[in-house]
Amino acid sequence: MLDNTQSFQFFNRGPSPAVRLVFFAVLSLLLLFVDARYRYLESTRSALSVMVSPIQRLATMPGELWQAMGNFFVTQRSLVAENNALHQQHERDAALISQLQALQQENQQLRNLALLPQRGELITQLAEVVYAERDVFKRKVLINKGADANVQTGQVVMDDGGIVGQVTRVYPWLAEVTLITEKDHAVPVQVLRNGLRTIVFGAGDTSQLSLRYMPVSSDIQNGDVLVTSGIDGIYPPGIPVAKVVKIERDAAYPFARVSCLPVAGVDKYRHLLILSGLPKLPERPPEEPAAADADKGTKIKSKRKN
Amino acid sequence: MAYLAPNNPEIQRPVGNAFIALTILAALFLNGLPLEGALLMLRPDFVALVMLYWCMHKPWRIGIGLSWAVGILADVADASLFGQHALAYTLLAFGGVVLHRRLQMFNLRQQTSQVFGILAMTYAAYALVHWQVNGYIVWPYFLGCLTSTLLWAPLSILFQTMRQKRVEQKGA
Repeated sequence: MLDNTQSFQFFNRGPSPAVRLVFFAVLSLLLLFVDARYRYLESTRSALSVMVSPIQRLATMPGELWQAMGNFFVTQRSLVAENNALHQQHERDAALISQLQALQQENQQLRNLALLPQRGELITQLAEVVYAERDVFKRKVLINKGADANVQTGQVVMDDGGIVGQVTRVYPWLAEVTLITEKDHAVPVQVLRNGLRTIVFGAGDTSQLSLRYMPVSSDIQNGDVLVTSGIDGIYPPGIPVAKVVKIERDAAYPFARVSCLPVAGVDKYRHLLILSGLPKLPERPPEEPAAADADKGTKIKSKRKN
Repeated sequence: MAYLAPNNPEIQRPVGNAFIALTILAALFLNGLPLEGALLMLRPDFVALVMLYWCMHKPWRIGIGLSWAVGILADVADASLFGQHALAYTLLAFGGVVLHRRLQMFNLRQQTSQVFGILAMTYAAYALVHWQVNGYIVWPYFLGCLTSTLLWAPLSILFQTMRQKRVEQKGA
């Protein structure tokens, strides 16, 4: 076998492995840099995803088939029980909804009286998780609605419990949702009990959330529910996000360590709602005057020093 | 234990490109199975194993360039950064191509220890990039390296038998 004698080369085999290694490693590093820093390659990615997505679809088939089999062999008794439970739930919900409608009406009238802008109604779109976090590192899922269903990056995704995440990347037929438990993913929230505003961050390696920069003296308790504050104009206000489960107050640190668990089934369910049509907030006023004042202040100070 | 013999006396027919492409696609499929939690952490990197196998056995056909391209596809499939898998698989292919002569002389048990080193390097490259970009390392990720190594011997035997079967079919 000629393959096994390399000491004298009869045939030109192209550049040596070391040269190739350096070339492709540098190419990879360059791509990494460009992708991490500038995100120029999104169109290439979506073009390539068209090639890869058939394989991915195929890979989700066994699981779906298993589920379908399970659905087929459900006993009649469990179906009846589930139906009863759903009926009861429906009746309770109906009562709540009629109450809610009355409150909504009242709220609208009050807001009209107070000349406050109306809260827009949320338009939702149902989507299904195609597959969940394939990478141990990441808290992301891919859903089966993409650019074809007019999904845009930045849209909020929730389930029946509360906020699940945010659309971070849109492919032709898929969209990537970053879950709120992703490391450093921030959601502006307020405590339902007393309206305390804060920001909740994902912990990354566990399915927990944490509140940072909460002063030790702040009024927060175990079991407090955190809802979105809607201050950023991205998350609609008043949707549950998390529940406080543990608070560590250590006098040595200025901030308390608060751990929370998400209210939504962040890594449980298959069906999610994409919210769209959030009301636009008015433009944030520019910050220049303040900066100019500060400049003046320093100038005056420097003059005084002179 | 014929397969464990260092030099298999049976002459192996050349492998078709279609067969290689099929194995790579199958590996991408297996990597794409929707696993969660502990199973996901223990999931071997099938693509890495298949690429290493071909780099070792057909170093002049499946080399660093193709591994890089497969890495890009894996990046798209995993929604990881462009070049993250590509860099890891480039290193993997380099290890396979450079050591192919030595690895072919070894029996499966000796191969496994060598393969562990190459895979550990691959996993480390991937984790290192992740650490550089995101600033933390998930240690359980390296469990996948162990399961991948354990899968090396079964995979080699499987591919060997598949290649021999092709010979028999063609002979008949």
